[in-house]
Amino acid sequence: MSIEARKPPPQIALKIRRVLGGKTGWNGIAVQFAFAAVLGWIAYEIVSNARANLENQHIAAGFGFLANNAGFDVNQTLISYTGSDTFLRVFLVGLLNTLVVSVVGIVFATVIGFIVALCRLSPNWLLARVGEIYVEIIRNLPLLFQILFWYLAVLAALPNPRQSISLLGIAFVSNRGLVIPRPIGESGFEAFLAVLALGIVASLALRIHARQALFQRGQMIRIWPYVLGLLFGLPLITMLVAGLPFSFELPQLKGFNFAGGSRIIPEFVALTLALSTYTAAFIAEIVRAGILSVHSGQMEAGSSLGLSRGTTLRLVVVPQAMRVIVPPLTNQYLNLTKNSSLAVAIGYPDLVSVFAGTSLSQTGQAIEIIAMTMGVYLLISLITSAVMSVYGWRVSRSLGA
Amino acid sequence: MSDITSSSFVRQDLLGERPAPVKTTGFIGLMRTRLFNSPTNILLTIVGALLLWFTIIPSLRFLMIDAVWTGKDRTACLAENAGFAVGACWPYIQAKLPQLIYGFYPEAERWRVNLTLVLSVVLLVPLLIPRLPSKGLNAGLFFFAFPVVAFFLLHGGGIKGFGLSWTADLLQLFDDSIIGAGQALLSLGKTSSAAPLLWVVGNVIVLVGTAIYWLIFPLTWLRDQLQGTGQSVWADFAITTAIVSLIAFVLGGGLRTGGRALTSSIATFVAIATVIKLMGLDHGGLPIVQTNLWGGLLVTLVVSVTGIVTSLPIGIALALGRRSTIPLIRIFSIAFIEFWRGVPLITVLFFATYMLPLFLPGNFTVDGLVRALIGISLFTGAYQAENVRGGLAAIPRGQGEAAAALGLSWWKTTSLIVLPQALRHVIPNLVNSFISLFKDTSLVSIVALFDLLGSLRASFSDPKWSSPSTAFTGFAFAGIIYFIFCFGMSRYSLFVEHRLNAHRRN
Repeated sequence: MSIEARKPPPQIALKIRRVLGGKTGWNGIAVQFAFAAVLGWIAYEIVSNARANLENQHIAAGFGFLANNAGFDVNQTLISYTGSDTFLRVFLVGLLNTLVVSVVGIVFATVIGFIVALCRLSPNWLLARVGEIYVEIIRNLPLLFQILFWYLAVLAALPNPRQSISLLGIAFVSNRGLVIPRPIGESGFEAFLAVLALGIVASLALRIHARQALFQRGQMIRIWPYVLGLLFGLPLITMLVAGLPFSFELPQLKGFNFAGGSRIIPEFVALTLALSTYTAAFIAEIVRAGILSVHSGQMEAGSSLGLSRGTTLRLVVVPQAMRVIVPPLTNQYLNLTKNSSLAVAIGYPDLVSVFAGTSLSQTGQAIEIIAMTMGVYLLISLITSAVMSVYGWRVSRSLGA
Repeated sequence: MSDITSSSFVRQDLLGERPAPVKTTGFIGLMRTRLFNSPTNILLTIVGALLLWFTIIPSLRFLMIDAVWTGKDRTACLAENAGFAVGACWPYIQAKLPQLIYGFYPEAERWRVNLTLVLSVVLLVPLLIPRLPSKGLNAGLFFFAFPVVAFFLLHGGGIKGFGLSWTADLLQLFDDSIIGAGQALLSLGKTSSAAPLLWVVGNVIVLVGTAIYWLIFPLTWLRDQLQGTGQSVWADFAITTAIVSLIAFVLGGGLRTGGRALTSSIATFVAIATVIKLMGLDHGGLPIVQTNLWGGLLVTLVVSVTGIVTSLPIGIALALGRRSTIPLIRIFSIAFIEFWRGVPLITVLFFATYMLPLFLPGNFTVDGLVRALIGISLFTGAYQAENVRGGLAAIPRGQGEAAAALGLSWWKTTSLIVLPQALRHVIPNLVNSFISLFKDTSLVSIVALFDLLGSLRASFSDPKWSSPSTAFTGFAFAGIIYFIFCFGMSRYSLFVEHRLNAHRRN
């Protein structure tokens, strides 16, 4: 005679309680009801007040204003824009300007940040101190202070275009901004582009092939001479055959200003300078912490295996440091993008400045405009954090955790 | 027995003196080991020295050697009058100093600002020195009493009632809003298709509102009686003292252990009464200075201290909410934190300036400074929440479980066991957030508040002082102030971190 194992009692009620009220059960559900009531009350107050206030100010709620004519000019546009375009176009112009200054800032910030980090890690005492002074000074001054410093003090102190400072005779710096040569496509442009694309694809294929050979047969193939030839030699030969791909239009001083070349407005220069130097100080600290986080035994183990110092760094230390560096580095990139909204203080036409500033004061549609502006930044940061959580998941998987 | 000295392996004569080992400490040693030990290093040293030479020397020349120290207006700072290439124009700072510190705060009332600053230093310094005792009292004074006193000192004005009247006013406002919402639903129900449902819900809400009205009726009646008497503040104060002390006495354990709670409650109220009497709050207080006259360093400090004081409770509440198991509260906390962390502060300030007034009742205007403060508190609160959450995560589960095993409730476990340890863990992170808050206060100048940076920018446009070096001098001065504050805070955070990790060092 066997005794049937008793079935556990059905715990449906318990499970529902857990899902609805957390560990605290029915108490939790009561708390939630009270909380929802308070939230609902606040939402009701906000909506009813906003409706009454908008009615008093004779503002029609809704996004219909986006189709109206903006009627003001923007002094830096990546897409064609005139004063008779719509507010939606203004939104796009501002968004593109924000993205441009962010991308340029990120590139410069990364370069400067890595250089400063190398200085701080250098065995040379003096250079390490120089890096430290840079980081301490930049980190302890507000970013807005630095933007205004570059814009109101440094750039305003530059001479006017007639006495502008020439950089090797091709670019000119003055208080009206930076004038650089403008590339103009010539006859050989298409051929040049095609060959360049071919070179990049071929180099990538070569690299994959070399890695396969290394991992499967243990055969080392030196590929860098071929890559060099593909990336530089081939386009050079095409250039000789098909003619120059593009030529530069050099800026010329005519009267009181420059003709030709492309002008970069001083607001952009000031903002890029301030954003990249400021973020670079934070990036330098992140990179330094990342490299110091790799145990010194890793370096010793690499050299005991007979790897050279450079190879150990490249194959052992840097990959491990990157795992520590990348998440906070992305965070800094995000911060830089968000900080580019300080452009409004110096009048660089970014999203906040032209949309949440000028358009808001012209239309008075505060709720819609600020919600759209906040939405853009929120979307950027949510996408970034989603990408970073995928990255974190992959790293933890590759570590076998 | 053979003599040991005769054996062949023992040396018979003294060794010659060897040269002293190469010095690796001190300045010479430093030069030898870390500056000039290899050709690359020599090159790097030269590069570093050149960098310093071309930055430090010109800055020093600008700030000290080439500077103009006295003068009445811009003519003193022009190169043709001074006779040399002029560096910093310090008379400009001397002339603008009151504006940079007080803004347009009336000159006769500036002692109030100074007194507030002295008070804050007196309260803050003992709080920062770990060795000094009675941190609880000190923190209570700084975080609760000081902001109130500072408000009445800086802004001025008096009070018309006290705790009882305020509670009655607040409850009445809340009740009116509930009844209003119910009536709005009822009137909506006349036209809508879901009429019966709306009618029921609306009537329930109105019923609840009416019930609350009768519940708080004794309170409002008492308030109206008090307003009728001549000494409304003091009568209200006496009643509030009696009620709060009684509650403290009962909650503190009645006759058995309530004595202590009673004494501390009465002591607190005596202190409050002294402050009210001293500042004359019961009959008007100090003359009111509107916040649009405030400016300079005063606004910077007011915004940052208010941000610090208000963001911490918000952060703690959000962090606890994010760790809660109750779904709605957790979801709300996560959404709230991620929203504020995802947007730049400047859009938050735009939100507070342009959108917040739309959300409030039309007859209810909020001061521009207060609006900015609300925005900054919410923004910083979200960042502090993440810091506090880090600390909560670092506390082992066993701590909470042990407390629960001793029979402590969730509130007691959190406030007595978990939070004190968690907060102590994250003091360095909190201070770092305060540093960024302090730096971020400069953004209020974009929404038309004149903080230190805003006042500085305004002073550039004064034609009396416009000279080529004015802007550089102004930035040098403001930069030094910002640097002193931020660098001081970061050193303090390092000091605390060092102390906290004392047990890990060997």
